Amino acid sequence: MAAPLLSLKAVTVDFDGFKALNSLGLSLESGSLTAVIGPNGAGKSTMCDAMIGRVRLTAGQILFRGEDISRLPEHTIVARGICRKFQTPGVLVGLSVFDNIAIASGDRRWLRSFGLKPDAQTKIKVEETLALIGLQDRREVLAGELSHGEKQWLEIGMVVATGCELLLLDEPTAGMGASETRRTADIIRNLVGDRTILVIDHDIDFVEQLGGHVVVMHQGAVFTEGTLADVRNNEDVASIYLGRPRG
Amino acid sequence: MTSASPKTLITGLLFLLAAAAPFLLAPYELNLLGRFLALSLTAMGLVIIWGEGGVLSLGQGVFFGLGGYAIAMHLKLASLSGGDTMPDFMVWTGLKALPGWWGPFANPVVAIAAVVLAPALVAAVFSWLMFRRRIGGVYFALITQALALAFSTLLISQQAYTGGFNGLTDFKTLFGLRLSKPLMTHGLYWVTLALVALALIAGRLLLASRFGKLLRATRDGANRVRFLGYDPAPYKIVAFTLAAVLTGLSGALFTLHAGVISPALVGVVPSIEMVIWVALGGRTSLAGAIAGALLVNFAKDKISTILPTFWLYVLGALFILAVTAAPKGLAGLFPERGAGAFRLPWLKTKVGA
Repeated sequence: MAAPLLSLKAVTVDFDGFKALNSLGLSLESGSLTAVIGPNGAGKSTMCDAMIGRVRLTAGQILFRGEDISRLPEHTIVARGICRKFQTPGVLVGLSVFDNIAIASGDRRWLRSFGLKPDAQTKIKVEETLALIGLQDRREVLAGELSHGEKQWLEIGMVVATGCELLLLDEPTAGMGASETRRTADIIRNLVGDRTILVIDHDIDFVEQLGGHVVVMHQGAVFTEGTLADVRNNEDVASIYLGRPRG
Repeated sequence: MTSASPKTLITGLLFLLAAAAPFLLAPYELNLLGRFLALSLTAMGLVIIWGEGGVLSLGQGVFFGLGGYAIAMHLKLASLSGGDTMPDFMVWTGLKALPGWWGPFANPVVAIAAVVLAPALVAAVFSWLMFRRRIGGVYFALITQALALAFSTLLISQQAYTGGFNGLTDFKTLFGLRLSKPLMTHGLYWVTLALVALALIAGRLLLASRFGKLLRATRDGANRVRFLGYDPAPYKIVAFTLAAVLTGLSGALFTLHAGVISPALVGVVPSIEMVIWVALGGRTSLAGAIAGALLVNFAKDKISTILPTFWLYVLGALFILAVTAAPKGLAGLFPERGAGAFRLPWLKTKVGA
């Protein structure tokens, strides 16, 4: 078996004595789709924070393509190939939908940023991404004026446009209705293959629509993993969600 | 995009009108207009770093002073009469010879280069130290304010080298021509107007470029930009440095028009006033900033002539009015992007992080 794309090895993040991540171990295979679920405070978002360098590890290692990335600056981690969508959509409200994606896909060097028009390559990338998230007709709209659902899709598009291999999608359906949720699942399923995707979500119907591997987190570590059916049939999982002691 | 919109047309006409000002205005009014146009360069700098970059600087007086003093040092040396080897205030404070670092400023080219390079260098080093360490927001504003205070205190305390509290004044010639000649006053006015027009055009292009978009992006979502793989620091450093260069030019031109530069023009209070011009004119609009600088300063001149103590109250009231009722300033009263009529700012809430 090939080495995993990403592996967390005994990752611990300690916030003044509270272990948000407690010797967490997790591996993601290249091209896989993984959904992470778990009760509030299980450490799901902190795990994403650790992967993108937003919080620093108290102990452990995060290996991406075999290299420890846990001490790299944030923007360097993106350059290595990991990008994250935040729980609250972090679209750039003062720019158009087109420009949001153009910034996500463009050259990172500031000396190359004085051009007035996006280059042909960026334009193609933006158009591809717009088609992927279904916002072709909204390209000139300011991102701040989009609906909540559209902002979520735009941010997914931005993350995709970075060209990163590993995409972390933190609650992509937060605040969405049923039909928007289904569309989000379609968008994400279309991304798998070339990319490796990790989704955090509370909505079990959505996780079912996605398919893929399911990881349950609890108290900063992996509680169990498997198919959604495995997880559903696990009585211990139900008990951690309901706060009952495990029998 | 570059086809003439009504706004561009009006701006162009206003500049043509301003170019004819030497034939329309009395010398005193023309001098005031020249001074205030010079100040509008400072205001445009603040649009770049504060309005678009989201970084409030309460220390622009430092760069204004660096530009002003650089040209003033040359003017002092160029105005020396006959056998004098150093300016009058140095003689009075008991200096025996001209300090070595004053010497090169006898050359106008060195002085003009210093007008641009001194603020650029100070701004680049200072902002590099700040933005590398991710110091921003209110901390950055306070540190810049402290810098303005330190700079004006330094100028006052080093009387033998800087002219102290009185600053540098009593200039007579530039490039061998007498400053009081109409040719010179008109020429200076046109140079100022041309630089303002150039800054307006260059600023518009900069803000329309990818750089400008990234600057706005770091303002609206520094974290989003960082986690898209950008280091936001270089964009802020470049913007801060460009603003400092504009402010340095502004200080030098102001000094030429006003005939004086002193610590009272570069300290904490003037630095805050600069921000108020921009808040009133519209902090995301270059043209609005020019209007703000001109209107506030003309109002200041008129009101403080009639009622000297009253001006600060008026300024305070205007500032409160702008912050509460028109956050986009004067420029916010005009429709943007061809979208409908007036936008009522209090109906629009800011979304996102």
